[in-house]
Amino acid sequence: MAKKTAAIVGSGNIGTDLMFKIMRRAKNVEVKYMIGIDPASDGLARAKRLGITVSAEGVDWLLAREDKPDFVFECTSAKAHAANAPKYKAAGIHAIDLTPAAVGPYLAPVVNLDDLTDTMNVNMITCAGQATTPIVAAVSSVVPVDYAEIVASIASKSAGPGTRANVDEFTETTAKALEVVGGAKRGKAIIIINPVEPPMIMRNTIYCAIPAEAAEPGATQDAIRAAIDEAAAKIQDYVPGYSLRLEPQFDSAREDWGGQGRVGIWVQVKGAADYLPEYAGNLDIITAAATRTADLLSEKIDATLAAAGA
Amino acid sequence: MTAPLDTTFDIRLTDTTLRDGSHAMSHKFTEEHVRSVVRALDDSRVEVIEVTHGDGLGGSSFNYGFSLTPELDLIKAAVDEAKQAKIAVLMLPGLGTIHDLNQAYDAGASVARIATHCTEADVSIQHFQHARKLGMETVGFLMLSHRVSPEELAKQARIMADAGCQCVYVVDSAGALILDDVSDRVSALVAELGQDAQVGFHGHQNMSFGVANSVFAVRAGAKQIDGTLMALGAGAGNSPTEVLAAAFDRLEIKTGVDIQGLMGAAEDIVKPFITRMPIMDRASIMQGYAGVYSSFLIHAERAAERYGVPAYRILEEVGKAGYVGGQEDMIVDVAVQLAAAK
Repeated sequence: MAKKTAAIVGSGNIGTDLMFKIMRRAKNVEVKYMIGIDPASDGLARAKRLGITVSAEGVDWLLAREDKPDFVFECTSAKAHAANAPKYKAAGIHAIDLTPAAVGPYLAPVVNLDDLTDTMNVNMITCAGQATTPIVAAVSSVVPVDYAEIVASIASKSAGPGTRANVDEFTETTAKALEVVGGAKRGKAIIIINPVEPPMIMRNTIYCAIPAEAAEPGATQDAIRAAIDEAAAKIQDYVPGYSLRLEPQFDSAREDWGGQGRVGIWVQVKGAADYLPEYAGNLDIITAAATRTADLLSEKIDATLAAAGA
Repeated sequence: MTAPLDTTFDIRLTDTTLRDGSHAMSHKFTEEHVRSVVRALDDSRVEVIEVTHGDGLGGSSFNYGFSLTPELDLIKAAVDEAKQAKIAVLMLPGLGTIHDLNQAYDAGASVARIATHCTEADVSIQHFQHARKLGMETVGFLMLSHRVSPEELAKQARIMADAGCQCVYVVDSAGALILDDVSDRVSALVAELGQDAQVGFHGHQNMSFGVANSVFAVRAGAKQIDGTLMALGAGAGNSPTEVLAAAFDRLEIKTGVDIQGLMGAAEDIVKPFITRMPIMDRASIMQGYAGVYSSFLIHAERAAERYGVPAYRILEEVGKAGYVGGQEDMIVDVAVQLAAAK
C-alpha cells in the first residue's frame, strides 16, 4: 500500500518534533503539508528545506487544497482545535489531536485503539497521560484499582507557554484519562515543573491503590509485575527512552489508605532528541504516540478497504 | 516608594499552624484542633489564619499523605469559629486547581495564597486572576527563594503582582536563608513592586534563623510575616508566632496581637496535641544546609525506615538533585538507589 499523507497543523515545538518523528519513524505515513500562522517560524523553515509543502495561511488554506491529506495532526491549541475539528470531519480527514481539546475520545495507542468505534478524531490526552495511563491500565487488568494518582515532573525548559497558562487543564485532563483509559475508579494527577540545570529528564510516578492481598508477595503481585513490564515494553517499542527506574514498589495495606495496599511505579522518559533535547521526554512521548497512532490507524483503514473490496 | 524604616512599623502576622503544621501532624488535624486553635488566635487578634492540607488545596494524596479530615470541613469549621480573623487557604498550581479554590471560597475562605517554585511564577497567573475575580485577597508564595538571586526573585514577584497578587512572599521553604540573604531578597522585591504589592516573609527554623530572618525581613520593608504556634510545621518547624510577637514587641514593631494570648495558645492549646515536636536534628539541619524543601522531612524518615538508609543522607542527595516542592515521590527513588549502593 502507498503511504498515507498527513498535514501537521501548528509549526511550533511539538509540530516540528512530530515532523521529524514521522519522517524518521513512521512506517505508513508521510508528511505532505506543514501549516502555521507565523511565516517566520523555525518549524516552517525546516519543513520547507525538507521538501514539505508549507503555508502560513492556516487551516483554511489546507482545506482548499484539491489533494487533501488522509490525516491531520493538530499541534495548535485546544481552542483552535475545537474550531477546526468540524472542518476536518466535513472534509473526511482523520484528526489526531495533540491539544487538550478532547473533541474525540482519549487515546493511548497501546491501550484502547481497538476499543474505539469512531476514530475520525482521537485525542492524545497529555504527555503525562501517554506515560502513565498504560501502566494504570496494566494494573487494572489484574486487580480493581479504586484510585490512581500520578506525579509528572518536567523540566522548566520543556514547559511551553500553553502548559504554563493552562496547568489546571493539564491535571484535570490527565486525571480523567486515568479513569477512562487507565480503568481507575478515581484518578488524580499532579504536575511539577523543575528548573534545575542541567534540565531533568521527564519523570512520572504512578501510584495505584490495590487490594490488601495484592500488595503482599504471591501470584497476584507477580501478575501485576508482569502486566507492568509488558505495558512498559509496548511503549518502549515506539518510545525507546521509556524505562522503569525501579522495580515496582509494593506497600502493605494501611488504615489511612482505607485498608488498601499500594503499588508505586517510577518511570523515566528520555526523549529521542528528534528536534527537542533529550530531557524533553514529555514532548517526545506525545509526538511518538501520535505517530504510532497514525501508523496503526493506517493499517486499520487499509484492512477495512481490503475487506470492502473483497 | 517604600515606607521609611522608622518606628511606624505596622506589620501583619499570619498564622499558619493549621496549614504548615499539617506536615508535622502527618495531615491528621481534627475539627476540634482547628476550632480550638482558631478560637485562641482569633481572641489574640491574629488577623489571618491559614487552614489547608500542608501541601495546599487538593494535597490529600498518596504522594503527600491523606488528610484525616477533609480539608473543606476544616476550613468550614475555622470560618465558623473565627469572629474577626480572615481564613486563608494555600494552593499550589499543578496540584490544586481553580475548582478547589472555588470550593474553599464557597466554604468561606477569603484569602488565597498561591505558591509556585521561585522560578515558575507564570503558572499561577490564571489562579490569581480567578481569586481576584472572586473578590479574595491574594498572596503569592515564591517557594525555595534561596535558589535564585534577589534580582531573579524580584522578576518573578513582578509576574505575580501583574497577575493580581497583592503581597508576594519570600518563602524560605528550606530554612536555608541567613540574615542578609533575606534582607537582600526582600529589598529587591520592595524595590520592584513599589506600591503595586506588599512583600512578606515565611521562615523555617532548620538552621534556627526563622525569627531573626523575620526581623531582617521587616527591616527591609516586609509587611506580612508568617509564623506557627509552637513552631509546628515542616522541617524543624516555622518561626514561632508567639516568639515573633514577643520579639517584634521588644523591637517596637507594632503587630496588634496579644502576646500573652499567643503564648497561652502555643502552650495550652497546641503543645498538648502535637504528636511530633519540630526539632533541629541531623535531618532537619541538613535540610537547611543542603537547601531541601522542609516538608520532605517526614517522607525521608519513612523512606529511611523502609529502605534502611539514613534520612539525612536521603535529604542530602535530594538537595544535590535540585528537586523542588511537590517532588516527594523522588524520595523513594533516591532511597532505593542509596540502598542499592550500600
